[in-house]
Parts: sequence; structure tokens; C-alpha cells
Amino acid sequence: MLSLANISLESLNLITLAPMLIPIIGALLILVIDIIKGGLDKTLYVVLSILILALDFGALLESAGAFSKDGIMLGVFDVMLIDGLAIISQFIIVLTSILFIPLALTNKRFHEFSYPEFFALFLFMISGFQFMVASDNLILIFVGLETASLALYTLIAMHNRDKSFEAAVKYFTMGALAAGFYSFGSMVFYALTGSIEINQIAAVLEANNYADIGYVLVGVVMMLGSFGFKLSVVPFHTWTPDVYEGSSAAMAGYMSIVPKIAAFVVAMRLFEFLIHANIVWLEVVLYALVVITMTAANIWALVQSDVKRMLAYSSISHAGFVMAAILIGTTQSNSALFLYWILFSFTNLGAFSMLWISRQKELPGYQKSDHSFEKFSGMIKTSPMAAIVMGLFMLSLAGLPPFALFWGKIYMISSAVTSGYTVLALIMALNSAIAGYYYIKLIVFMFMKDPIASNVDNNGQLYVANATTALKTIIGFSIIGTVFAFVALDSLLEFVTAFVYNSGY
Amino acid sequence: MLDHILSILIFFPAFAGVMGFMINKESMRAYGTAVAVIEFALSLWLWFAFDNNVSGMQFMEHIALVPSFGINYILGVDGISLFIIIMASFFTMIGIASLSPTHSIKNMIITLLFLQMTMIGVFAALDAIVFYVFWELSLVPMLYLIGAWGGPNRIYASVKFFLYTFTGSLVMLVGMLFMAYFFYQATGVWSFAILDWYRLILPESFQLWLFAAFFVGFAIKVPMFPFHTWLPYAHGQAPTIGSVILAAVLLKMGTYAFIRFSLPLFPDASVFFMYPIAILAIIMIIYTAMVAYAQKDIKQVVAYSSVSHMGVIILGTFALNVEGISGSIFLMIAHGVVSGALFLLVGVIYDRRHTKLMSEFGGLAHVMPRYATIFGLMLMASVGMPLTINFVGEFLSLLGFYQQSHILTLLAGIAIVVGAIYMLTAFKKIFYGEVTNEENRNLPDVNKRELLALIPLSIITIWLGIYPAPVLGPINNSVESVVQLMHNKATSHEAKMRIPNVTGVVITKTTTKEAH
Repeated sequence: MLSLANISLESLNLITLAPMLIPIIGALLILVIDIIKGGLDKTLYVVLSILILALDFGALLESAGAFSKDGIMLGVFDVMLIDGLAIISQFIIVLTSILFIPLALTNKRFHEFSYPEFFALFLFMISGFQFMVASDNLILIFVGLETASLALYTLIAMHNRDKSFEAAVKYFTMGALAAGFYSFGSMVFYALTGSIEINQIAAVLEANNYADIGYVLVGVVMMLGSFGFKLSVVPFHTWTPDVYEGSSAAMAGYMSIVPKIAAFVVAMRLFEFLIHANIVWLEVVLYALVVITMTAANIWALVQSDVKRMLAYSSISHAGFVMAAILIGTTQSNSALFLYWILFSFTNLGAFSMLWISRQKELPGYQKSDHSFEKFSGMIKTSPMAAIVMGLFMLSLAGLPPFALFWGKIYMISSAVTSGYTVLALIMALNSAIAGYYYIKLIVFMFMKDPIASNVDNNGQLYVANATTALKTIIGFSIIGTVFAFVALDSLLEFVTAFVYNSGY
Repeated sequence: MLDHILSILIFFPAFAGVMGFMINKESMRAYGTAVAVIEFALSLWLWFAFDNNVSGMQFMEHIALVPSFGINYILGVDGISLFIIIMASFFTMIGIASLSPTHSIKNMIITLLFLQMTMIGVFAALDAIVFYVFWELSLVPMLYLIGAWGGPNRIYASVKFFLYTFTGSLVMLVGMLFMAYFFYQATGVWSFAILDWYRLILPESFQLWLFAAFFVGFAIKVPMFPFHTWLPYAHGQAPTIGSVILAAVLLKMGTYAFIRFSLPLFPDASVFFMYPIAILAIIMIIYTAMVAYAQKDIKQVVAYSSVSHMGVIILGTFALNVEGISGSIFLMIAHGVVSGALFLLVGVIYDRRHTKLMSEFGGLAHVMPRYATIFGLMLMASVGMPLTINFVGEFLSLLGFYQQSHILTLLAGIAIVVGAIYMLTAFKKIFYGEVTNEENRNLPDVNKRELLALIPLSIITIWLGIYPAPVLGPINNSVESVVQLMHNKATSHEAKMRIPNVTGVVITKTTTKEAH
């Protein structure tokens, strides 16, 4: 037993907790403000959240500086692990959150943003994700995962429509199942190795030369199932389109980025040592999962009649594409994962924000759902700027150069090429071609079809009905990130590669 | 300014296109024409400043983009790309100048200016990724051009065009990434610079695979025989300006890329695949000529004849000797001028009658004598009459291939005769005989705006047919160095045999030296 008296405060290295504690304290602050004086406007909470996240970002910069000087840091009884992966993924989480939260400042009134709890939960969720990526302790990861997920379910339900409740419950049920898988998998690993720290597990398994390979595989299957749900890997993806459809477009965009990067980091920590141990079985399964996820999701996306559902399937396909990095498991592929995800977050958040600003409260007759393709027909004639911006995001998602995702894509495919996965590289390339079709479909609707009469009359007001300066600014950031990605690419690549390499991945 | 003339040539139209959003709709055509004229003048200046005696790259520019991954913004121009660049700016100019009134003309002109950026970018890029960027980007304006201003089936045609080319180029992209990886393995640095790649000698087995990967991308773009099905659709549905640019410039990207990438990078594979590709090219020449004969629509006749002539270009390219390759590059320009002009001519009649069916016409020579004259001239050029521009290119291409195989050349020669049959039949149906359709009785002859485009093209057709030297000289110079490079790099005995050693050429070294 550890006796607390012998532990000096220094050795706890509490500074490693700072980035996670900031949003928690901020969330509590928001709740306290609400108790003291209720009924304050959402703008206050939005700006407060941004400020708190900015502080969080500052703390992260601090850790990044410390990491590049001293290398990997452990803290709080070695439960916290601040390495390059933790830092880059937290950068992505916090930055995306900063870009996301102003999307609450819509023109129309939406139910959820009038509650300060929304913002408190949002900040709790962020700290959950931060814990998840900054630890290799299976229990702390679990706690982070559940904190974040439970907050997220609530955030979805707060959108307050029938479909949102359905989405939240569906997500919750699936998430509960995934949590069960996760705890069972951890249990197996603990039983095998007597440890819940991933590096200890790896060391013990290495030492006995994977003697109990059968049990290892049981644990791995459970973990694969769990992360399959979180990453929406086919066949664990079924919740994704419904949940995306039920939540607000902004929230759907957020969900396609932040929870996934957190899950990717954990999956990377967990699966890569197994891949490097040459467990052929796992390699085959991962290979199959990657290929099926990319291809099947792309094919489903082809037949969608709603843009948001199409983007949901497309984000499944992107997740599958990025999963390939874990299968390949080289420094280049892991750097490619982060590079891809950074570029993807700009583009995808932009695309979902474009849907968000065109959100109507009542649907006209020709529209079967919130964002059906018909809604966008002839957009170039009524609202040319919005159409061009949306077109840009679609082209970037399709991987057309020189837009952001193209660079992520070539770096990822190149990492497959350099590690001898030739067929995989070809499959990835051809999948981009399939994906091209459904992104082009939206462009066809926007640029080549004739507008619907009622939209001509009100001069395309529909497409920017929900827009405010704040939303336009966020979209502006997304455009800059999408179009001028190549300017920052070199420094980004060097930064990511250095951090990934120095963490030993 | 000359140091950055290529960047200016590439980005001036795009910048002007962005500024074009501010122009009033009524003045847009004048604006577009003005920009295109400036651009054409700049490209002529490039020709003027071009040193004909240097076979390597000139006006090189180098900006680091992603140095850690070997991606750099490298531009340069040699005799091979120079005239295609001039042709691209020329066709954009006359295309915009002769544009017939249509809906949303502002969007169309801005699209054309962006298209021009991508076209010039492709031919000036010396870094594979930069090349790829422009190559892919060129699909977007063309997609919009066909999809928004095309015929009734336009959306199907434009999406088919996009997906076909997009798929092909993604396979090519994987090939490029492999190529960069091999370079990395050999030297320890990443590089996508084409001139760096030229120095890399690959084993033949690698060459074959990479050749195949690049081939998919290029062959779809050309389009070569089994991959050609998107083109008649695209031409059939595209507006006149779209067809003109597509036939004159965009298709040349594929044949140009063969000469820029496939031949010098994979000389052994080029020799290995020479016969299969030559056979494909001959099938393409004969088969599409026969299909053209069966068409009822004038535009389809021109479209298929354009595919047919692209076959001769491929044949010349894969002759793998100086005559053949020079001839094929010259034919690229000739094909651009002639088929561009033919599409413009079809556009003239379509504007008047809104139909392209040959059965609707007949006896037009009486009604529109000037139109018939120009059409006749272009038709003669298209079938390769001596003293017209096509003849020079076709003759050289076939002469080049004659050195590789007599029989295949003979077949290709016969196919050109078939070309004469369908073209003359089409001409007979449209222009000779009595005026059968009353609607045709009072058609106005070509007007000034149309003449503005057609007369320069006629002049070029005859001028370069009689005196091709000013164009052929620089082309020949650069081609010699490419062939020499291929000869030097070839590893197999057969390749050394097939690719001639161009004696007395010392300049090959400049290309590699300037890479650094």
C-alpha cells in the first residue's frame, strides 16, 4: 500500500493536471454564476467558455513547451501521461471546441443555448476528453470516456426535438454497450498481466512472449468492439447517421471530430504495441475493418437524400480512412493521422456550419428533412457566395487539391506506400473516387439545377437565415484553414512528426 | 518580371477572375476579353524571350512549399510545353471573344479564367504534386461549364467526365507517391521534382507497375480507346466554348504528360508497352473513325474525329524517337487548332438553328458561302491535306513510328484515309446539294464576332502548314534531349536498341544541372 505521508507534493507533478482542471473549474464557475443570478444571456456563457478554453489552450502551450524540453511527463502517481500524442490531440480538442462554441450565437433562438448547463456540460465534456487522451491508465481513460460521453448524450438531447431524444437515447444505449465492452476488455488485460497501465500490460505480455494469446485476443476483441462504437467503425456504426440527424448540425460536426480524435489516441496507445508484436490476427481484422468501413460507408453515402446524413456517412468513411494509420503503425502514419484530423476538423466543421446557418424552423413542402438535397438546388443563382463556400468544403472533403484534406490524404496514402501496403494504398485512393461522387452530387444540386421558385423570391434568404457575424467568422476561419492549408503545412507537419516521434510512436 | 513570368501567367487569370465578381454583368465579356488578351500577350512575350537554342528548362521558379515532404513549387518551360501554353492562352482568348450570348455569362467568364489558370499550371509545373494540383483543379471549372451551360443531358455528362478523370488521376497519384518513395529510398530525401526523378534509374519490374499506374491517369484523360466513352458525352452536351477548350487544350494534358512523365521516367517500360499501346492507338484511330461515320450529329462527328486524331498523337509519342515525338507534339498543337476551329464552326450553326443534326441541313454552301469556305479549309486540315497544319504533325508521327513497325504504320495510314471519307461525307451532307429545309434558306452568314475567332485559326492552319519551322525548331531541340535522356537511362538491351542515341547532343546535362 502506498502511504500518503511519504509522497511529496512535487513528485505528484500536479502541473500535468492543469489543462484538465481549467475547464472543470470553468464549468463550476458557470454554474455558480447561474445560481447567483439566473436568466443571463447566452452570449455571456459563450464568451466565458471561449475565455476558459483559451486559458486551457495556454496551459497546453506550457505543457507542449515542457514536453519538447524534457520529454514525456508522468504525474499524479504516474496516472497522467503527458506525451506528444496527448498534447497534439488536446490541441485539436480545445481548438475545435473554441471554433465550435460560437456557433451557439445563432440568429434564431434554439432551446439548448438558453440553459447555462449546456455550457457547463460542454466544458465537463472537454475535460473528460482531455483526461482520456492524457493517460495510459485504463481506469482513468474509462472515467474520462464516460464523463465525456454522458455529457455529450445530454447535450444532444437538449436540442429538444423528437429526433434529438431518439438520437440521445440511441447513442446512450450504444455507448453503454461500448462501455461494457471496454470494462470487460480491461478486466481481461488486468487478469492477464496484473496491471491496468498500457505500457505495463505491453511489457508483461512481451516478457512472457504472448503465452496466453487466446486471452489477449478476447481482450482485444472487446476493446475493438468498444472503440468500434466510439469511432463508428463498420459494423458498429449504425447509430451514427441517426444521431447526427437528430442533433443540431453544429453538434454533429463537433461529434465527427472531437470524440473521435480522443478515441483514436487511445486506440493508438492500445493497439499499436499489439500490431508491432506481429499479431497477424489483429492485423487481418484491422485491415478488414479499415477497408469495410471506408468502402461500405462510401456506398451508403451515395444513396442518401439528406446532406447531413450524407456527411454522417462520409465522416464514417473518413474515420475508416484514418484507422488505416493505426494498422500501418509507423511514425509517418501516426503523424498522418493527426495531420489529417487537424485538416479534417477545419473542413468538416465548416461544412456542418454551412448546414447550421441554413437551418429552418419549419420545413417547406418540397423538403423531406432539414437538409435535403433539393433544398440546395440552384443555390448559385440565389446566394452565390454561400454556394461557393459550401462547394469549397465539398471539394476539400472529396480530396481535391490544393484544399486541406488533399494534403492529409496524400500523406496518409504515402505512409501506406512506404510501409508496403500497396493494395491498401490503392483501395484508399479508389475510395476517394467513390466519395467524389456524393460530394459532387451536392455541387450538382447547388450549381447546375434550377432554384426552387420560393427561394428565388426571397433572394436565397433561406441559406443564411441562421447566420450572424459570429457564425460567419467561424466559417471564415474554416475557409482559411481549408484553402490556405498548404501555407502552414510544412510547419504543421514538422511539429506533428516531432511530437509523435518523441513519444515513441 | 521575366523571372516570374510563369507564375504571372498562371495566377493572373485567376486573380482577374476573382476581381471579375465586381464587374457589371453587361461589361463582363469585354472584361474577360481584355484579360485574355493581356494573358495572350504575356504568353507571346514568353515565346519572344524564350531561347530557342536551349533544350532544357527555362524561366525556372522554385519556392519551397513542404520541403520536409519534398513538395516544392517548381515551374519551368521548355520547347515541349511552350507552344501548348501559348495555345491555351490563345484559345481562351478567342473563346471568350467569340462567346455567344448566354445566361449567367459572368459566372461563365470567371469559370473560364479559372480554367485558364489550371491549364497553364499543368503545362508549366515541374513538381509532380503541383502538376497534380492543377491537373485535378482543371476538372472543377470544366464540370461547372458542362453542367451549367450544357445540353439536356448535361448533368450526367459532366459527372461522368468528372468521375472518370478523377478516378484515373487518383491511381496516378498513388504512382507518384511510389515514385517519390523510390526516390527517397535511393537518395534519403523526399522529392516530387520531375527533374530529380529524371535522374532516377529504376529496375524494369518497378517501371512496369509505375508505368501502368501513370498510364491509367493519362489514358483516361487523352482519352485512349477503352476509356474514351466519357468524351463523346462531354462533347455532345458541352456548350461550344467547353468543347473548344476541352478538345484544344484539356485533352493535350494527357498526351503531354506521357512525354513529360512516362517516357523519360520509364524508358524500359515504354519500350515494353510500345506495341500494346500502339495497337490500342490504332484501334482508337480506326474504330472511332468508323463510329464517326455512323453519327447523325455534326458535333459527334467532330468529337469522334478528334478522338481518332488523338490516336495518331499517341502513336507518334510511342515511336520513341525524335521524329515521332516532335511530330506528336506538333500534332497536339495542330489538333488543338483544327478541332478547336471545327467545334467553333459547329457552334456557329448551332447558334442559328439550335440543332446539330446533319439531316436538318443540306445545300448550306449556297446560303453561307463564307462559312462553307472556312469549314472546308478546316476539314481539309483535319483529314491531313498537305500544306495544312495537321499534315506536318501526322506525317512526322507516322514517319517516326515507321522506324519501329512498318505494318502498324501502314494500318494507321489507312485509317487516315477513312478519316477523309467520313469528313467529306459529312461535308457533302451539310453543304452540297439543294437547300432542302426551308428554315435554312435565310440563314445569315458568319458574323464579325465569329470571324474574329475563325480567321486567326485559318491563318495559323495555313501558315504553320507551309512553314512549321518556328514551332518545330524549339520542339525538336527539347525532344532531342528527352530522347537522349531515355536512351541513357534505358537498362534493357532492347530499349537501348529501340530508343535512338541522338548523337551530337550535349545539352542533356542542362536539365539535370538546373534541377539544383
